[in-house]
Amino acid sequence: MMHISAFDSYRLRKSPIHLLNARIKVIITVLFILSNVLLPDGAWLAFLGSWLFILAISAFSRLGIGYAFKRSFVALPFALVALTTLFSVPGPALTTLHLASWQLVVTEPGLVRFLTILLRSWLSVQMAILLVATTQFPDVLHALRHLYVPGVLVSIISFMYRYLFVLSDEALRLLRARESRSARAVGPKSPLSVAREAHQAGNLAGQLFLRSYERSDRIYNAMQARGYYGTLFTLHPHQMQAKDWLIGAIGLALLAMLQLVGHFLP
Amino acid sequence: MIYTSTLLKPLAMHIPDGFLSVTIAILCWVITAIILLLAIARTRGEFSERQIPLMGVMAAFIFAAQMINFPVAGGTSGHLLGGALAAIILGPWAGILVMASVIIVQGLLFQDGGLLVMGANILNMGLVTALIGYGLYRGVASRSLHLRLSVAGIAAWLSVMAGALVTSLQLWLSGTVSLKIVLPAMLTVHALIGIGEALITVATLAFILRTRPDLLAPGEGQARAGRGWVVAGIILVVLVLLLSPIASINPDGLERVAIDLGFIRHSQTASSGLLRDYTIPFLGKTSLSTILSGLMGALVVVVVIILVVRLVGRRRSQSPKSPK
Repeated sequence: MMHISAFDSYRLRKSPIHLLNARIKVIITVLFILSNVLLPDGAWLAFLGSWLFILAISAFSRLGIGYAFKRSFVALPFALVALTTLFSVPGPALTTLHLASWQLVVTEPGLVRFLTILLRSWLSVQMAILLVATTQFPDVLHALRHLYVPGVLVSIISFMYRYLFVLSDEALRLLRARESRSARAVGPKSPLSVAREAHQAGNLAGQLFLRSYERSDRIYNAMQARGYYGTLFTLHPHQMQAKDWLIGAIGLALLAMLQLVGHFLP
Repeated sequence: MIYTSTLLKPLAMHIPDGFLSVTIAILCWVITAIILLLAIARTRGEFSERQIPLMGVMAAFIFAAQMINFPVAGGTSGHLLGGALAAIILGPWAGILVMASVIIVQGLLFQDGGLLVMGANILNMGLVTALIGYGLYRGVASRSLHLRLSVAGIAAWLSVMAGALVTSLQLWLSGTVSLKIVLPAMLTVHALIGIGEALITVATLAFILRTRPDLLAPGEGQARAGRGWVVAGIILVVLVLLLSPIASINPDGLERVAIDLGFIRHSQTASSGLLRDYTIPFLGKTSLSTILSGLMGALVVVVVIILVVRLVGRRRSQSPKSPK
């Protein structure tokens, strides 16, 4: 049975970061990611500064300094895609790899570029991890609404989040039922058995769809019975306070400094 | 999310932050934002407040449905991306909003895909897939069951291929990858993934058509309104099918066009020094995979053209059948 906490990355703490207005956190996250992408290739000092920024936020949010670090290697497999930059940026050669009859020349700018891409991606993921660890998802959505994301989209996402766990439970039940009822053919898969399995999977998905669709009917009627007419309300008004503006300004200044360091220092 | 064995994971379509340049990321955001705003405007109406819970639940459905798998070969299993399916079931605009929501939640909550590049991810996995899925299906929505299912399957496969193509192009234009290596790899892998997508899409659609056909989106009264989608879908498919083999076989031509249009700097292309320093690696593999991609592309082009010709021919001679 999938509990709501299975999908919830929020960690409850009483920290200054947790208490920050969600808008500031979202904006700083996006600006941080943007800042990293704007830094030139090989701006190691600035990237170090960015990492210190992350560590500082981790510490201030009472999550532990290594919190984001431990979870940050999610995007690593995608790094293989960028491997080709090692060979495709022209410049002074570093080493030459001989693979069978192929000759792959790793260039210095290629290596710099590859490592920079990895760094940017790694830092951005950590910032996103910190965002959802310190901000409850409904608050994130509310912040998006304040930041002029269309209300329809935010409402759809709100409903989706609300029913994610319900429907995932449903899907897991269907999968468990399949496990307990269908005999799996042993041995190598023939196209026929793959097609049969796909047919089964499609039936599962179709069942899930029908249950979801009919459930949404009941949900809508229930909400109408409770006074829903299109807008979702929250208890917390999420007003910006002076300290939110202050911390936002500090964050912005730090990022600007990182940009200066990255662009003007060797 | 498409789960394959770890080796193939880098070729999943959620692009993380840092892999696209600012220009490309912003460009994709602009395109995505325009289309999303359009979708919101189109789904607004007298029943819009009813539609929002429905679309939210449908988004949760797509997310949950992506967990339903079936074993394909070795340790891999086929999964659903859902763009074509969502568009066929819910209609194009609702399908687009639903897929966008799924991708946004995946990016925000699970870090599956970056935040700055989310516009590109929505474009690749939500918009392109929905357009192709709905466009092709709409053309045969009033035909026989078998034709509808076949076209839905082809549309699902094509949607995955188109998503892979656009993803590769974005990565290349950002200077992150070299096209001649990544494009054939992406296309070949997603040709296989697309088969899984096609199978589940067809099976799901068949189930729904069998049990509750009344729930499927386009009614007969919208026969005229759907034609633009069909045209747009077919144009996109043809572009994808022409671009993929050409770009795979001769990426230099594409690079030259990109340089002329100012998309990539000259230093990123194969200068004469680069070609001298290494022979283009995996010559054997690349040819084979591009030939395979090209063959598959050509085959599907032929099938699509046959379908289109029959479609146009029948529309002239017969009146549309009544809805099932």
